[in-house]
Amino acid sequence: MDLESQEKILRLSQAHDPKDLVVLIGAPDPEAAEITAETVVSGDPAFAGALAGTQLGLDVYHVLDDDVKAEVPDDVWDDQIGVMAEVLEAEALVAAVASMRKQ
Amino acid sequence: MPDSVILAATQVLAHTPNLAPHGSKPRRELPKDQAVADAFSAALRTFDEAVAYPPHQAYLNALHPRDLGPRPWQPLADASRWTPAGELMPEDEFLGLMASVDQFDLLVLSPERVEQATEALSQHPLAKGFDLDRLAKAAGDVEAAAAAPGSLALLPGAVMRMGEEHDESLAASVLVDNLAAKATATLALLHLLDKHGIDPTSIDYVLGCGEEAIGDRYQRGGGNLAKAVAEAAGLTEASGADVKNFCAAPVPALVVAASLVASGVFNRVAVVAGGSMAKLGMKFQGHLKNDLPIMEDVLGGTASIVQADDGVSPRIRLDVVGRHKVSHGGSAGAVMEALAIEPLARNGIALTDVDDYATELHNPEITEPQGSGNVPERNYKTIAALAARRGDIDKADIAAFAAERGMPGFAPTQGHLASSLCYLPHAVDRLTGGDAERVMLIAKGSLFLGRMCQLSDGMSVLLERNHKEDQ
Repeated sequence: MDLESQEKILRLSQAHDPKDLVVLIGAPDPEAAEITAETVVSGDPAFAGALAGTQLGLDVYHVLDDDVKAEVPDDVWDDQIGVMAEVLEAEALVAAVASMRKQ
Repeated sequence: MPDSVILAATQVLAHTPNLAPHGSKPRRELPKDQAVADAFSAALRTFDEAVAYPPHQAYLNALHPRDLGPRPWQPLADASRWTPAGELMPEDEFLGLMASVDQFDLLVLSPERVEQATEALSQHPLAKGFDLDRLAKAAGDVEAAAAAPGSLALLPGAVMRMGEEHDESLAASVLVDNLAAKATATLALLHLLDKHGIDPTSIDYVLGCGEEAIGDRYQRGGGNLAKAVAEAAGLTEASGADVKNFCAAPVPALVVAASLVASGVFNRVAVVAGGSMAKLGMKFQGHLKNDLPIMEDVLGGTASIVQADDGVSPRIRLDVVGRHKVSHGGSAGAVMEALAIEPLARNGIALTDVDDYATELHNPEITEPQGSGNVPERNYKTIAALAARRGDIDKADIAAFAAERGMPGFAPTQGHLASSLCYLPHAVDRLTGGDAERVMLIAKGSLFLGRMCQLSDGMSVLLERNHKEDQ
């Protein structure tokens, strides 16, 4: 995850109760999605950014997860996500993030 | 309005493994850990390996990207430095070329380096176009130059001096990026003129669309590399300017060039871009982690000529230009809808009427090990999914559409080169001697990187076979 996003997430987690936060990941590759999820759950694995050594333990989902889709109006989903949902390997992406969420 | 056509396009590479540590990422990371620096050095490719690497041969137009075969791509036994489009220049010669276009004596080379480069460049097919007298002037005391304040030791026997103290825009590390961009663009333009017998004085204007923005402390990106390239290539009757738009710049530059010709302002416009030294070794960590060589070890250059309709060359359809409006938003589907679907639909052209789509053609062997995925594959699936939504194809044919009308990425990860520009020599071949009727170029750029807006941008244009002579 890029350094700027790590800083933003750290700031948000300090300003709000982490239990009230959910991180949505839009990464198109399972590996990138997993690393991003890992960063907001157990810290930056590259030890480069603000979340290095910081276990935020935030709740995290891939945006293609059915649980996320259920929260979004159908027309908004179709407009913003629909095409990519057809193109990307949703199952692998959702599983990659879920594996980190369950840790 | 007269039609504009692409008369010719060419591409070159320079193999610069020993300049790779001066890429932005290695420059920041290698000094932190000697073991990583050693691993980096040990993973650099030889010149012969770079020549035999199939995506390089595809970039140099020696084979079509769809003929690259299954991955991992194996070295080509019969690959040559010289190809129909241009060449892959070795580093020692390239340093000489940089010195030959260095008007401010910034690059200091050892006398041995100058002698070696002079001998090689004097036997080069483009020797007449090289300023070897200027190269001779680069010979100097490298140790003394390296000790001067602000100097950057590039590699043994080569030092870059700074342009001005207290001017970050003229730091040695910035100027060497700019000089490398100028040299690669010049090499591409010289090859283009030579291979197609184009009179350099027939070109009225040059548009630069590289990623480097040159300037000084008072106007950091305000410069003009295009005219510097025009001068270096002997285009005495030309002026020029740069078109900036991150990685997306080439397509806007092509559209501006075509518009200048169609409006009658100029007869012949060259569109050029040099390589991006900052991006050398950008994803090296992923390559080392996967026991791969440092694959971002080449600088690309490109040049093309846009002119008034000659009845033969591919037409640039200025009525089929797509643009990413502010109101389109940022979702990947919306961006591709704006660039690939809207301009075709507006003109009653089905997506299946386009033979080749050239999008962001980053080489996946470079991007995947660093977790950036296969960028072109994603683009093609998106276009195919949109075609299925429109009813141009069946949903079952999405994979076939992507395979037949898309192609594997083959460009170095220098965004502007990858952003469809790298396909131009292939497109010209396919639309003249080949069997394609239409090729769509699609470029995208990440404007948010500049921190002035959260947007991305993009532009597309359709190229079409010229049937005037048939009529």
